[in-house]
Amino acid sequence: MGLLSKKDTKLITDPLADNNPITIQVLGICSALAITAELKASIVMAISVFFVLGIGNVVISLLRNVIPSKIRIIVQLVVVAALVIIVDQVLKAFAYELSKTLSVFVGLIITNCIIMGRFEAFALGNGPWRSFLDGIGNAAGYGLILIIVGFFRELLGSGTLLGFPVLGNPIPGEQTGLYALGYENNGFMLLSPMALIVVGIIIWIQRSRNKDLIED
Amino acid sequence: MGLKSNLHSLKEKYRGTKMAPAFNALHTFLYAPNETTHSGSHIRVVDDLKRTMNTVIMALVPCLIFGMFNAGYQHHLALGEIGRADGFFSAIFWSWDNLVIGLWKVLPLVIVSYGVGLAIEFLFAVIKGHEVEEGYLVTGMLVPLIVPIDTPLWMLGVAVAFGVVIGKEVFGGTGMNILNPALTIRAFLFFAYPTWMSGDKVWVHGAVARDKAIAAGQNVDAISGETVLGSLAQNHEPSYSVAEMFFGMIPGSVGETSTMLILLGALFLIFTKIGSWRIIVSTVAGALTMGLIFNFVVAQGWISESSKFFGLMNTTWWHHLLIGGFAFGAVYMATDPVTGSQTNIGKWYYGFFIGFISILIRVFNPAYPEGVMLAILLMNVFAPTIDHYVVQGNVKKRMKRLKVKTA
Repeated sequence: MGLLSKKDTKLITDPLADNNPITIQVLGICSALAITAELKASIVMAISVFFVLGIGNVVISLLRNVIPSKIRIIVQLVVVAALVIIVDQVLKAFAYELSKTLSVFVGLIITNCIIMGRFEAFALGNGPWRSFLDGIGNAAGYGLILIIVGFFRELLGSGTLLGFPVLGNPIPGEQTGLYALGYENNGFMLLSPMALIVVGIIIWIQRSRNKDLIED
Repeated sequence: MGLKSNLHSLKEKYRGTKMAPAFNALHTFLYAPNETTHSGSHIRVVDDLKRTMNTVIMALVPCLIFGMFNAGYQHHLALGEIGRADGFFSAIFWSWDNLVIGLWKVLPLVIVSYGVGLAIEFLFAVIKGHEVEEGYLVTGMLVPLIVPIDTPLWMLGVAVAFGVVIGKEVFGGTGMNILNPALTIRAFLFFAYPTWMSGDKVWVHGAVARDKAIAAGQNVDAISGETVLGSLAQNHEPSYSVAEMFFGMIPGSVGETSTMLILLGALFLIFTKIGSWRIIVSTVAGALTMGLIFNFVVAQGWISESSKFFGLMNTTWWHHLLIGGFAFGAVYMATDPVTGSQTNIGKWYYGFFIGFISILIRVFNPAYPEGVMLAILLMNVFAPTIDHYVVQGNVKKRMKRLKVKTA
């Protein structure tokens, strides 16, 4: 028996694969499409959601017996909003350029359906420890997909990873690496429709490996 | 009947040998086989999928051949090695030199298109465990005809792979796709590699290479191969006569330039009942309507000459049919029986909107002075909706009739 019981471990591992919030529940798609053109932005977004969802789930779980059910959505929104503002201010203070790239989407974490979904579905009915595990599990599942999509979009769209030119120098006249062979960046990868297609391909691969996930 | 019976006896002679499939294929390519069925239904139509596909390819061959000559002609013309051709049968155009360039540049496009596309079809057929479908035959021929001549082959390969997998196979293969696969491939190329799909350098073979040479410091003249649409979009008067536009001796994608040959292809498709004349006619009608509206706007003086839309708006309404890829799209793409409307009434709406929106996008899209690709893809998406309302309208009408009778 390690740190976590089997049941608790499942709270973390399930959202990574068979119950992934993006590819299985198809939540949080909007931000996944909007900010994944760069790997760095994807990672920061993943960390932000990790923070908001982990702490938010604990807070809601602690409050679950005192929140009147009629106004629970408002209470949840207040909690998320407070956490998101913290994230937003931290980003503005320490990573200004990045916060400009993420622009409105940090603020829109408030409306990210994954967060409200976990509050409603899990934190309101479970203790703080289990809620915390569920929160970070789902945030990790979300972040995993974001990072995969961000990886392919930045690699194929800009030829860089985290800003480093991994495929060579694309500037005309002084090309190196792949570009010297005539390779060119795929501009389509930087457009949002391609993010949708990449997510779709991940869903396709996942479901063809695990037939139980296929709905009728 | 001489050829047919000869082919039949040849087939009988080689039956069971290794060469049999070759003769079978040749025989069924040209004629319906004489064999009768031994069980099940005994009356069958001969125009199966294979025949449909072959007919379209036959209609495309003139465009392909013309495209090859035109590729060489535009190349030599831009280099200043030859003069302007003075008619459709001009020896300057139909020269051996032109054909060599055309073969050299166009055949690789055809080979890559078929090679990659069929490889993916075979792969999916093996994985899914069904027969290889003929669906790619036409797409594979359309693709090289709708891309610029200097498209790098690896780009074409990537685009074909994307178009066949995402445009067709994920929906379930031939006959199940929502979007026209050939246009999906072209749209992918356009959004992924815009510098290779637009501008004034890609339409004439050698212009891009010449640009690079200049950038490298060589003392040579730049080649400009602006399409008619391209120059109109910049308010320049195009330097081509109406006859040249009609014959197709203008820069453009490989097979789309010759409106005359496309018209012949259209007549052939309509005669063989492969292409829907309703879609073709309504598409043309839609384009003419939009052209007339724009001409009217110009005539009323509602738009100033300095406007960036003036050049294309001022284009004589029926010239829109001759320039760009409109004719090619209307005849070979819009009539795709899988992605178009299925109902006869629906076809009129479907075609009309394709034409209408084509010209609309053509005029108002500053970055991309051609609209037929996007218009057809858009209407592909709406075709099932159009059909739904046509069918529902019919149901309603008949229900009403029923009520009147029973009342």
